[in-house]
Amino acid sequence: MSPDQQLSTASHSIPVAPGIGDGAVGSTAERGEVTWRDPKRYAWLLGATVPLLPFAAWGLVEVTGAGVFWFLGPVLVFVVFPLLDIVVGMDPANPPDSVLKWLEQDRYYRYCTYLFLPLLYVSLVFACWMWAYGHLTVADKIGLGVTLAMVSGIAIADAHELGHKRGSLERWLSKIALAPTGYGHFYIEHNRGHHVRVSTPEDPASARMGESFYAFLPRTVLGSLRSAWRLEKTRFARMQRSRWSIRNDLLNAWLMTLVLYGALIGVFGVTVVPYLLLQAVLGFSLLEVVNYLEHYGLLRQRREDGRYERCHASHSWNSNNVASNVLLYHLQRHSDHHAYPVRRYQALRHLEEAPQLPTGYAGMIALAMIPPLWRRVMDRRLVEHYDGNVTRANINPRRHTKILARYGVVEPTRVVTR
Amino acid sequence: MSRYVCPRCGYVYDEAQGHPREGFPPGTPWSEVHDDWPCPDCGVREKVDFEPERQ
Repeated sequence: MSPDQQLSTASHSIPVAPGIGDGAVGSTAERGEVTWRDPKRYAWLLGATVPLLPFAAWGLVEVTGAGVFWFLGPVLVFVVFPLLDIVVGMDPANPPDSVLKWLEQDRYYRYCTYLFLPLLYVSLVFACWMWAYGHLTVADKIGLGVTLAMVSGIAIADAHELGHKRGSLERWLSKIALAPTGYGHFYIEHNRGHHVRVSTPEDPASARMGESFYAFLPRTVLGSLRSAWRLEKTRFARMQRSRWSIRNDLLNAWLMTLVLYGALIGVFGVTVVPYLLLQAVLGFSLLEVVNYLEHYGLLRQRREDGRYERCHASHSWNSNNVASNVLLYHLQRHSDHHAYPVRRYQALRHLEEAPQLPTGYAGMIALAMIPPLWRRVMDRRLVEHYDGNVTRANINPRRHTKILARYGVVEPTRVVTR
Repeated sequence: MSRYVCPRCGYVYDEAQGHPREGFPPGTPWSEVHDDWPCPDCGVREKVDFEPERQ
């Protein structure tokens, strides 16, 4: 779609200051129609309301007297948002290229991502208070823990957006967003590990065809941790300094978690420990299930010089479902994110050539929890993406022969010589 | 002293400034940076992809 066509589809418009953006604005400027309005502008505030979930759960429990409402968080993520994705539908429209620069510089959008953080911590303290003094049953406490896990898990999406930016403020805010889940190493591993090796068998955060989410989870958690440590070790070796330093970005991020947990336990007592751990483990698992679906089975081919081909639009699964997109800061426009990792979320574009998921990330997360259903939906789609040639997919080595056989590919017989 | 630009995100490696956080102190020549060093900002281009900055 050309910028002209997109401009003409904007329902309302506000004047765009002249002289912004790049040269592409010229053709429309001549007609005096350089107007564009971001239809999602105020929807981005939705992300920042996510930390209010535990308060909403408390309100519903108070009003109805039903403790089951402590489980509001997972119901919203796994049931309500998948339905909203279907009801609200898709939005494949892109901002015109000429306004991208202006859109990225509008500070309103980054304040939306900052706003999440104070609310996250208020929510965490509130949950601890309820666990300690709220006279809740164990089931209620678990419900609140699971609801808080949705908050701290989505906080990782916020940390993801912040951690990709150049400014040191945003990088620090990213670590603050990761502290409740103890996932501070994500900031290093995601930017310097995952983005470099995405959609290759070497990347622990790229899922393989035939690998269930439950097999992927321990592989990505441990593999990413190891890789993050290796990255920092290499960096400190280059600096010829000891890696056991406060400047080590893994150690200072984890220290932040220790201080936070120490303070919460100091104030509210050891009674909060099991629930803090519960929300941390489920929170980072929510991030990992998103990792699972983002690159499932997609593979960058090896070039003749031994390097992998560059990451293309074809190496990430995308979706244009509006509800999940505003919840997760356009994370579903994942191909453009991998093409331009520094680009701010509001400016990420739908790419026509990128493979599309059958529904939004919220619905796909729920599907990934049920591996046979996931494989039924996704394996066919993956093979279609490779024009029927399953050998081009990133296949789980344990199931390699079986998967090839299912698609009628016979491996050459290995000749064993004694 | 020369400068080299990441063709993807525009990050500039300036030999005069190096990149101390990455272990390249000021004055580290480009030739001492290893070939598979990824761009510290975007991570999707490596040293071999960088281009000398046009004056």
